[in-house]
Amino acid sequence: MRGKIQLIGMVSSLLLLLVPAVAMAAGGGGAPIVIVSDTRDLEGILKWWGNLYNDSHLYFTLLTCALIPVVGVIFGVLADIVMSHIGIDLTSKDLPGH
Amino acid sequence: MEWLFVHMPIAGVDIFWPGLIILGLGVGIIGGFFGMGGAWMVTPGLNILGFPMAFAIGTDIAHMAGKSLVSTMRHGKFGNVDYKLGAIMIVGTVAGFEVGAQMVMWLERMGNVEVVVRWLYVVLLTFIAWMVFSDVSKAKKKAREAAAKGETLTDEHGLQWHKTLQKIKIPPMVYLKVAGIHCSIWLPIGVSFFTGWLAGILGIGGGLIRMPALIYLLGCPTHVAVGTDLFEVMISGVYGAGTYTFKGRTELVAAIIMLVGASIGAQIGAVATKYIKGTGIKVAFGCAVVGCLISVLMKLAVKYLPAFKFYLDWGATFLVLGLVAALSIYIFMKMLDGARKELAMKKARS
Repeated sequence: MRGKIQLIGMVSSLLLLLVPAVAMAAGGGGAPIVIVSDTRDLEGILKWWGNLYNDSHLYFTLLTCALIPVVGVIFGVLADIVMSHIGIDLTSKDLPGH
Repeated sequence: MEWLFVHMPIAGVDIFWPGLIILGLGVGIIGGFFGMGGAWMVTPGLNILGFPMAFAIGTDIAHMAGKSLVSTMRHGKFGNVDYKLGAIMIVGTVAGFEVGAQMVMWLERMGNVEVVVRWLYVVLLTFIAWMVFSDVSKAKKKAREAAAKGETLTDEHGLQWHKTLQKIKIPPMVYLKVAGIHCSIWLPIGVSFFTGWLAGILGIGGGLIRMPALIYLLGCPTHVAVGTDLFEVMISGVYGAGTYTFKGRTELVAAIIMLVGASIGAQIGAVATKYIKGTGIKVAFGCAVVGCLISVLMKLAVKYLPAFKFYLDWGATFLVLGLVAALSIYIFMKMLDGARKELAMKKARS
């Protein structure tokens, strides 16, 4: 258990220090672009979302980074429930070895 | 027909939302099955749907983060993710990527970057395709020979390069339980440095390179290579989503719509690995690599045949999208077939 905690701590530190390079590998770089969301014709949640983007890129980024995993997990769990309901065993699998 | 289009508040374009779900579903299946982000498939797809290229890249990474998370969760439950190996490999990947990025800048100063990168891509994809198919044919040949002797073999006994590499005994040694590998810690770091370096030069996520490297250079079983690679993709995807969003290049509305399809697709792809042998995964992966190679060659041909630019550009895009459709249908059918057999066995037992 202690070893696992140490490993998690080590990985987290490494991520904080080194992950920008990995992120660049995920899609390449490029010059930053400045865009203002045109919210004049928008309504409801889309208007709020556009305004949030115009007000603060930082909040917009933080919310995006929080929402993506949450949405992913929600959809993933829903798909889990559907597959379990069908009767597929989602917990065990025989691995073909070397 | 207005209801079929959704307005993107940041990019300011109207997008055909069923197209986003279908694209997400297709690359979700392929990503969950092969263990890769699939940027080479998604970016042209989003571009065709009407996204400016800058938003296509950012939105792809944002959806990839969520999709990889779903796939990693599923593969983790199957016992296909070696978290220890993944954590060790992050070190090499990052360092290798930095060296690759520096090399690109050096090539830029020399004025050769585009030609070098594109041809390196062609050489690399050709090599990966050759490696995968020669491994499969070797494995089949061995299986036939064993069958003639009345023996049975597991399905992963083709190329054995990892056995030579695992003889390197430079301390510290490490035991990777899930992958079943006992080797010097410098082997996974070295392999990930090499794949990271290539990813840095080519400007891609690296799943296309890392997955076969895990199999042939480290000796991971195919399923563990898929799961562990997805773990790496997930980490780079979450951070990548952050950086691209901060630059104003992510359309979260589109990413969430894509995630509807991608999360279902990722589950289908991951569950399909339960029913398909390692060899089957390799063959399908090899086909994907060949398709990708042809599309890159078509893009390269534009330079030499400018009169055919229109046909070559669209041909390459439709080839990639056709490949996504064909592979995802194949994987989905295999998954359905396997699930049907599993349910029939359950029924028979009860």
